[in-house]
Amino acid sequence: MPLHERLSSIPKKFRPYFWDQPDTDTGPFKYMFAFRRIWKWAVLLTSGASLLPLIIITAIDYNVTQKSNESEILLRTSRVVSNTKRSISFFLAERKSALEFIVHDNTFEELNDAENLATILKNLKDAFGGFGDIGVIDASGRQQTYFGPYKLHGADYSEQPWFKKVLDTGVYISDVFLGFRHTPHMVIAIKHDLPDGSFYVLRATVDTERFNEQLSGLELSGRGQAFIVNSQGILQTPSRDHGGVLEKISIPVPEYSSKTRVIALDQPKGESKIIGYAYIADTPFILMIVKQKGELMAPWRRTRVKLIGFLAISVIVILVVILGFATYLVNTMHLVDQKRIMTLHRAEYANKLASIGRLAAGVAHEINNPLAIINEKAGLIKDFFTIKKQYGDDPLLIGLVDSIIFSVNRCGTITRRLLSFARHVDVSIAPVDLKDVIHEVLGFLVKEAEYRCIDIRVEVSEDIPEFESDRGKLQQIFLNLVNNAFAALSDGGRLDITARMEKGSKVRVIVEDNGCGISEENLKHIFEPFYSTRTKKGGTGLGLSITYGLVKEIGGWIDVTSVEGTGTEFHVIIPLVSKEKGRNQDEGTIGGRRDRVCLNPGRASLSQGN
Amino acid sequence: MDDEIEFVSTLAERLSLRGIEADWANSAEKAFEYAEKNNYDLAVLDVKMPRIGGIELKQSLEKICEGLRFIYLTGHGSEADYRAGSAEAVHYLVKPVHIDALIEKMKETLGQ
Repeated sequence: MPLHERLSSIPKKFRPYFWDQPDTDTGPFKYMFAFRRIWKWAVLLTSGASLLPLIIITAIDYNVTQKSNESEILLRTSRVVSNTKRSISFFLAERKSALEFIVHDNTFEELNDAENLATILKNLKDAFGGFGDIGVIDASGRQQTYFGPYKLHGADYSEQPWFKKVLDTGVYISDVFLGFRHTPHMVIAIKHDLPDGSFYVLRATVDTERFNEQLSGLELSGRGQAFIVNSQGILQTPSRDHGGVLEKISIPVPEYSSKTRVIALDQPKGESKIIGYAYIADTPFILMIVKQKGELMAPWRRTRVKLIGFLAISVIVILVVILGFATYLVNTMHLVDQKRIMTLHRAEYANKLASIGRLAAGVAHEINNPLAIINEKAGLIKDFFTIKKQYGDDPLLIGLVDSIIFSVNRCGTITRRLLSFARHVDVSIAPVDLKDVIHEVLGFLVKEAEYRCIDIRVEVSEDIPEFESDRGKLQQIFLNLVNNAFAALSDGGRLDITARMEKGSKVRVIVEDNGCGISEENLKHIFEPFYSTRTKKGGTGLGLSITYGLVKEIGGWIDVTSVEGTGTEFHVIIPLVSKEKGRNQDEGTIGGRRDRVCLNPGRASLSQGN
Repeated sequence: MDDEIEFVSTLAERLSLRGIEADWANSAEKAFEYAEKNNYDLAVLDVKMPRIGGIELKQSLEKICEGLRFIYLTGHGSEADYRAGSAEAVHYLVKPVHIDALIEKMKETLGQ
């Protein structure tokens, strides 16, 4: 459904005034009176120009702050990971160094002394804590001496992979395992070369309690947790969300890197995570810190939501303002254009009227001359009859001549009225007698009124002075109003014209008919150009719009009230640029009397005053 | 004075019948000729005539005949003519006119 059709369905109350103006699809005014198009473009362009930058800025701001916030999080995580890695490395190095110290401080023999070994373990426990047992293994892989809670004396480790490894690298730190004790612990072993070319291995177990303390003591934002896994992804320390000790971790093991790294793990289901990790050198351990990205971004997101909310409100406010303003402007434009059309048509109409006037005057002149000859000839005949008794006594002949003269007079009245009307077409301001004007106008319509048996009553108040106005315009105004009334009246109807003084030197003229009336809907548009209910019957829809314009031009005001089926009343209010009424005796006696002129054939005529 | 012979001759005859000495002319030359010969009290002129119009004719006749009064009698009532005619403080009548009305205006003009 096209936009305007959709908008046509909005209630009339909210529809702008110009909306009902039909678009002119063809002709030279195609782009002049397309108010809907102008409105649409005005709204589109202004909202585009004002909203687009706002939206773009918000989008850019959103992206930039998101990126910087994310990189900030990564940086922070990376710092925590590398700090923790350092303390874990230090923790292991400390224990390794303790064992190194022992092998350097004691001879092989001293270490093989079980009592001495027990003292060493006690000292280790006191100094470092967490040491479980200690043993010395000779080059063949057999445990020579052992002190601890288990009977491991003489155990053979020669085939164990860790033993082979310690031979290769000199130091070995094991994964965490449960072993016999059923508590997670790990093994630290170091190889010590003897001066005779032989060697032995000092092996101690350390429980992971301290390890765990180190990690759980970290304060991590974003529901973060720190734990250690080995290279197979087996958890070495407990984790809150990713499984217990020695369970397989629920997230993939990050790839090897010699440095601290932070990656963002976007999971399609569930929350995205930020994972910081570091491989701890010379051990199987990988330190991991996992944070919930959503939690970390929450403060940023809250600020964004506020900003976007602000944007939405701004957009609504801007749109409302733009719509209101565009509607107001286009309405004003519509009004101005209406006026312009009216002026154009009035000019055209005035031109037309002027040419008709000139034509009428020409015709009247042409007719007047032969008419004058007929008049004089007939007059002469009558003169002869009166002088020469021979014919003068014949009433038939005198009657014939009189009838000719009477007819000539009638013709003269008509042509004179025509001339008088045409004469005022191009007159400007002059003293006007309202009564004269009204009668002059009615003079044109006498015949029609007679044929249709329309009863015309004229009541012009006596106290209306002669005033300065444009006689031609007044004539047109009343002619249009009376014509309009005639169109509404059915045969035998009644037309009342009343004129009376109003406060503040104004004259109110009421043209009232008891014709078909005007519907409320039509009444609203009655003074608009081209609005006609009689288009099919030859109405141009210009009469009343021109009347309206003319009334405005003489500084007046026109109003209409109508009840459908009962009749219509036009009120014209004309300001008086007052001028004392000339003391014309004729009018002095007639004026003010209720001047009832019923125009039935054979009765009164309206030639008086013309 | 009128360019319509039929009209002007008949009118002159009718005026004569009513005891008014009237000459008629249907051209400006003839009018001047009469004006030079006789001393008229009043001239009835058409406004719209070929070659020389009523207003112009009046001015010329005024020079020939001092104290001559004028009445315009015309078939055309254009506004410009009406104003020009009225401005000269003379009567301005539109054809066809009743003979009695014309005589009355003549008397009025001559101040009788």
